[in-house]
Amino acid sequence: MSDVRSAQGGRDTLIRYIRDAGGVGLLALAIFVPFIGLRLHGETNGLVLHYRPKLLVIGVVLAMLARLLVLIWQERRVHQGRAAWRAARVASAGKYVAPALLASAALLPLVPGIANFYIDLGVLVMTYVMLGWGLNIVVGLAGLLDLGYVAFYAVGAYSFALLAHYFHLSFWECLPLSGIFAAIWGMCLGFPVLRLRGDYLAIVTLAFGEIIRLVITNWISLTGGPNGIYNIPHPTFFGLNFNLGGGPGTFSGFFGIDPDPKQLTTYLYYIIFFLALLTNWVTLRLRRLPMGRAWEALREDEIACRSLGINVRNTKLTAFAIGAMFGGFAGCFFATRQNFISPDSFTFIESATVLAIVVLGGAGSQLGVALAAVVMIGIPALLQDLSIYRMLFFGLALVIMMVVRPRGFVSTRTPSIALGKRQQISSELMSEGHG
Amino acid sequence: MSVMLSLSGVTAFYGQIQALRGIDLTVEKGEIVTLIGANGAGKSTLMMTICGNPRARSGSIVYQGEDITQCAMHDIARKRIAHAPEGRRIFPRMSVEENLLMGAQVVKFADYDNQLALMFDLFPRLKERINQRGGTLSGGEQQMLAIARALMSKPDLLMLDEPSLGLAPLVVKQIFGAIRQLNRELGLTVLLVEQNAYQALRLAHRGYVLVNGAITMQGEGAELLARPEIKAAYLEGGH
Repeated sequence: MSDVRSAQGGRDTLIRYIRDAGGVGLLALAIFVPFIGLRLHGETNGLVLHYRPKLLVIGVVLAMLARLLVLIWQERRVHQGRAAWRAARVASAGKYVAPALLASAALLPLVPGIANFYIDLGVLVMTYVMLGWGLNIVVGLAGLLDLGYVAFYAVGAYSFALLAHYFHLSFWECLPLSGIFAAIWGMCLGFPVLRLRGDYLAIVTLAFGEIIRLVITNWISLTGGPNGIYNIPHPTFFGLNFNLGGGPGTFSGFFGIDPDPKQLTTYLYYIIFFLALLTNWVTLRLRRLPMGRAWEALREDEIACRSLGINVRNTKLTAFAIGAMFGGFAGCFFATRQNFISPDSFTFIESATVLAIVVLGGAGSQLGVALAAVVMIGIPALLQDLSIYRMLFFGLALVIMMVVRPRGFVSTRTPSIALGKRQQISSELMSEGHG
Repeated sequence: MSVMLSLSGVTAFYGQIQALRGIDLTVEKGEIVTLIGANGAGKSTLMMTICGNPRARSGSIVYQGEDITQCAMHDIARKRIAHAPEGRRIFPRMSVEENLLMGAQVVKFADYDNQLALMFDLFPRLKERINQRGGTLSGGEQQMLAIARALMSKPDLLMLDEPSLGLAPLVVKQIFGAIRQLNRELGLTVLLVEQNAYQALRLAHRGYVLVNGAITMQGEGAELLARPEIKAAYLEGGH
């Protein structure tokens, strides 16, 4: 800073920063004294209070430093033409990120020497990607807040489990059936909630998810209740199974290779990979068709939809049904992967996780949802060793998200038609435009 | 001239509250008819009732010889009655073209390009903003978009609910000019709800005055404009 005025301005800024950081430090002190400064120790003669002043000081200083960094970063951000610059950056990043993710997902199980654990984790993440994409149809495109999505996951899983248990049907026979059953249940949910919106819709869908779980838990004669259903068959590869014993009729026996649990995991991985891609492909196609466009219009303004001649009832029902169908496919896959299902797998926390993935990813964005599923499911599983700090990371991630990307990872939407140049629409400008 | 739309004895309720009390109204083919009245007089309700939400509780609504009193809202829209609702209600996150496409639910795809070209002739501003998000348009542009979106369905009857709401006088002039142009050149029939009584009565062939859910006066636009009671109630204190 060479001239006097900018030096003056710099000093003002510095003072403002220090004052701000000081405030944060005081706040941190108030919070950290009981949490870090004091510690109870159980000793022979009862509880003893220990003081940890050094740790307290370190904590407060760290908080102040973090605040300073945030301030400096915000200052920098103001100087760049924010929204436009970011939209452009997201657009250019999206061009490479999506194919790169797709390629790495396709090649993951083929990495030589990769442990079975990672492929299995990939299966788990991919299941949530698919669930996220499925729920994205309902929440992201049609704008219907659904807190009971796990119900359709459960319907799909139990459809397959029960059909396999009582009628000995295979995975491939049950997969479409699971989707159809889930779609029918989606419509069953859709009808009563046609007139509801927002909070009220959320409450009813939440209850629906619980009802399905409770029915499964209590209908012991059919579903085995809390004991669940065992021995659900794994999928077969054109009639070949994946028994580790080898021999004729097994995958390893037919191809003359050593049996390995990785073969089954890899096979499962590719099944869910293609199911997820199918979900994505169908969603992208539907967005360009009148039905999908009607979903998006419904999200924007229901009254306008009605006065333009859109049948709102059918639009909502198709959104529920198609979203539910993909949930059903995922459920069917879940059952075949686990071999065993019980109502414990279909609690509200599952719905909340999938919804969090959709919201975190940026409702309506396919790429964002996939990224969010990796972050929400993959990273916690990798950090299993640090599991006591998991909630800490989660909280930190939430705070950072709220500051940096309050509308989700990918908060832009590409118009589904464009006469001229295709362009991204940044939703940072979204809520402002009403005048 | 033949009758395009006729209402006889139409009543409508919001719960227990009666919003419309026996409305009789006709719109001839090729006419611009305006409904004026104070806030809460039932102007928008009347327009919404023609669209089927809320349904008329008694009376009948006949459109081109067909009784549409009991039709569902989306069916009415498919009978070539276009409705640009109050407050514009464009789709803010969708692009201008997507908004227009949503209006073209009813037309055959072959007609889409023609309609689009027609709209761009009428509102060249929309063409400049074709890929822009609806929510980022100015108020006047949003109103143009709302009207163009309604017109995409090639309607026989266009119903506009307060197109001048919150717009600068110059923009109101543009919008009203476009309505007049549509009426003269394409013979479009227009039913217009307005607060801006002076402008509306000057534009319209005929007008109705709505007070407390009932029609108290009707007549030709210029004639109504000259009546002292109209002047006193709706025109004093600026245009």
